[in-house]
Amino acid sequence: MPNTQFQLLMNLVDKIKKIEPDKKESPFLHALYEGFFTFLYTPNETTSGTGVHIRDRMDLKRTMVIVVLAMQLCYLFGTYNIGHQHFAALGQYTGFLEGIHLKLAYGLIKILPIFIVSNVVGLAIEFYYAAKRGHGIEEGYLVTGALIPLIMPPDIPLWILTLAIVFAVVLGKEAFGGTGMNVVNVALLARAFIFFAYPTTISGDQCWIAGLEYQGANVAGEMYGWAEGFFDWIFGGLGWDTFGKGGMAVADAYTGATPLGLATQGWDKVTEVYSPMQMLWGAIPGSIGETSKPLIIAGGLVLLATGIASWRIMLSGILGAAAMALLLNVWDFDAYMDIPWFYHFYMGSFWFAIVFMATDPVTAAGTNMGKWIYGFFIGILGIMIRVMNPAYPEGWMLAIIFMNVFSPLIDYFVVQANINRRLKRVKAGKLGN
Amino acid sequence: MRTGSTRIFIITSFLLLSETIFAQAEKTADRGVFTIILMAIVVIIAFAVILQVANSLMAVEAKKSGIDPEMAGFSIFPSVNELVSPGKRGFSGGEKVTVLKKGFDIKLEGAAPGNIDGSASANTFAMQPPNFRGIAPIPKVVVEIGDNVKAGDHLFFNKKTPDVKYVAPVSGEVVAINRGDRRSITEIVILADKQQQYRQLPAFDLGKSSREELANYLFDTGGWTLLRSRPFDTVAGMHDVPRDIFISTFDTAPLAPNLDIVVEGQGEAFQKGLDVLAKLTPGQVHLGLNAGGKKAPSPVFAEAKNVQKHWFSGKHPAGNVGIQIHHIAPITPSCTVWTLGVQEVIVLGKIFTEGRWNTERVVALTGAELDEPKYVRTLAGANVGELLKGNLSGDNVRLISGDVLSGQKKSAANFLNFFDDQLTVIEEGNYYEMFGWLLPSKPVPTVSKSIPSAALFPNTLYKGDTNMHGEKRAFVMTGEYESVLPMDIYPQHLMKAVLTNDYEKMEGLGIHELVEEDIALCEFVCTSKQPLQKILRTGLDMMNEQG
Repeated sequence: MPNTQFQLLMNLVDKIKKIEPDKKESPFLHALYEGFFTFLYTPNETTSGTGVHIRDRMDLKRTMVIVVLAMQLCYLFGTYNIGHQHFAALGQYTGFLEGIHLKLAYGLIKILPIFIVSNVVGLAIEFYYAAKRGHGIEEGYLVTGALIPLIMPPDIPLWILTLAIVFAVVLGKEAFGGTGMNVVNVALLARAFIFFAYPTTISGDQCWIAGLEYQGANVAGEMYGWAEGFFDWIFGGLGWDTFGKGGMAVADAYTGATPLGLATQGWDKVTEVYSPMQMLWGAIPGSIGETSKPLIIAGGLVLLATGIASWRIMLSGILGAAAMALLLNVWDFDAYMDIPWFYHFYMGSFWFAIVFMATDPVTAAGTNMGKWIYGFFIGILGIMIRVMNPAYPEGWMLAIIFMNVFSPLIDYFVVQANINRRLKRVKAGKLGN
Repeated sequence: MRTGSTRIFIITSFLLLSETIFAQAEKTADRGVFTIILMAIVVIIAFAVILQVANSLMAVEAKKSGIDPEMAGFSIFPSVNELVSPGKRGFSGGEKVTVLKKGFDIKLEGAAPGNIDGSASANTFAMQPPNFRGIAPIPKVVVEIGDNVKAGDHLFFNKKTPDVKYVAPVSGEVVAINRGDRRSITEIVILADKQQQYRQLPAFDLGKSSREELANYLFDTGGWTLLRSRPFDTVAGMHDVPRDIFISTFDTAPLAPNLDIVVEGQGEAFQKGLDVLAKLTPGQVHLGLNAGGKKAPSPVFAEAKNVQKHWFSGKHPAGNVGIQIHHIAPITPSCTVWTLGVQEVIVLGKIFTEGRWNTERVVALTGAELDEPKYVRTLAGANVGELLKGNLSGDNVRLISGDVLSGQKKSAANFLNFFDDQLTVIEEGNYYEMFGWLLPSKPVPTVSKSIPSAALFPNTLYKGDTNMHGEKRAFVMTGEYESVLPMDIYPQHLMKAVLTNDYEKMEGLGIHELVEEDIALCEFVCTSKQPLQKILRTGLDMMNEQG
């Protein structure tokens, strides 16, 4: 680095260092300060001199940020798809690329509050505990806070979201000791909380499309607020289409059901509403970030290329799901089981779950052998719940939480096998002497 | 035949599966991208299975006609060795090579070029009791400041084992006895004479004497202090009889000296040392040789007698003796093995060939912060500052006795550790880096594929510095340590066992097989910046106290 530039940088560091709050007097402010400072600058701490003298460039911040970056395509598509589904349900701009500005604006209005609440609430808890424990802010919540919006329905009430995040972060993570100590995936725990405490907001046919008024089971109209009005003012000024231009069109026979909701009646019923390509690319109702499979897989490839997520878990999860779906095909008991096995990969949130949720290193199995077993059983259980349990249309959340709880047990057996191998050697050695 | 039946099972299950797949493919008119990909995968796997079966059949045929398929390279597939390093199998003369696939070479600037330069010389030397792990912090010192000693004269002994003498590496005047925490003795400093004088050692007939006589002779001459005992990596106990003795003849650590150069012209002493060692153990003296180098190992190693040779090939830590022991005959909690470095074997041999305590050794001065990295010939325990005089290119540097992974931080006034043959100088990384976690402002060595330059240009040499590159965190990532440790051990679980004081698990998970240098690379790659070597030492000390 050129010297002047370096000097400039150092002066800046000195200036920032001056406002550092005292750790003892105001631990919360200090934790807050440190959290932001370490984002701006990697600290000047050096190796202690007793262990290694040189450290790898990789740290937890980079690891976590790469995971968040890998999700960005899902965010982009999810935002647009919120708008697209909304207008498609109303029978306006039914083509995917029609009314782009309206769909994007509508999606942003929906997703931004969810994202902000998710991060502000979660990080506040994180900062509080960091201050209380007197250690630095750990980066784990970066990923959790980015994952939670993607697995929520677009119309989730923010107070329910807040409750769920408080529950998941406090009881699911901080109670166990913070980042790296939790047993269950925090983002999934938040979702599971809503799923069981406020089921109508996150299951059924009516929650996956944003901003619709219902009369009975039928769509009656749209709901717009001041934010749409603000965008209307801009769009109107530009001479573009505005919200509510088409009046209160009511789509006939529009159910809002997801492919999984229809699948109980067989594959033909699903394809009546959605084509396989539509399901693959994700222009369907669903949780915000989980619909577009190719974009999720692209994110997954980023994680695999950077070596951050475990390919063993992903591969064995795919194999497990395929195996279970095939088995159900062979069994062929009802219309759902009859759905060709590979179409299970088109529907639902399998890809999002296996790429971003199952591969969380803290809650997954830690041994390589354990990862194979863990992933495989997630695949099996997820399809099993999806097809065989009429109460839960989708199985990945529960399958992953279930296997999260079991992963220490899997690791225990793998590690025990290693211990036994060693014991055997000791015995053999003793006999030999 | 377990493998045979598994294979038949796999093939039949694939056939059955493919039937369902094809049946469905016909049923539905539009086959998705997935179907095609999955079918392709199935076809590839089936093809691989067929190849594997054919390969096994070939091996069976070979066996029938009396050829060992492994030795003769009877296989459809090229062996890993042939793929990774074509032609290197030749070094071992057809002997079995243990190929270690896990590991990582940290490529640093400042390797010493391949000849020994005598120009750097030190005048002060020190014997440092802390170098000998296992003796009391305050040993009995038998010399006083101002005394003149010859090389080989007794300096101190551990009060529990008064017969085992620690001797002067050099002749001269004792100028200081430095103390550290709680009055522990850290350095006994000797100002060297211009002309070295040696204590004349009594002659010893190796052929006619018993092991006990030999041990007593080594207690007195200082030879016993060259032996290091595992588990725990301590000094060899007075009454210990090791199961085996292990010597690694190559060092894969970053910038480590090339031992082929070190051993040049020392063949006689080295062989003598091996003969002495063979007498000290009822088991074998095992020699680990490098099958993966650019050149064949020195004939001193390859043609050594009275030893069992084992060939290894792989990245660091393949050259660590601990890794080699794991693959030759693992350490169990109840056994003791000894290890020595090549230069210690030479010193041991010279007691017998020259009749004097000659600690002359080759030290590699390495690292990016040196003007001129080189090999120098000096004596054990040389002063760091004197060795580096006029050779440092900066002052914000860290001086390390040993390599960057498991060496010890020193100041210019300190001395090289007794067993070290390398001095590394790298930059101190006490700088702030803006958005360092996102965009490294300068090239840094890494195993992570998330930094494209490291993945794309694997042969780049890095300067390396001592910055932590992040903050300490709880264990989060998994599988990192395993990927650089070529042993059947779960380091992360072991570390957690140490942190929770779980003795049974520590023993079960193989803490006895490890010392600090073996898991140093795991500590380097650790995303959470955990001090693994420190944790391991805590665990080893706990186990050692338990007995």
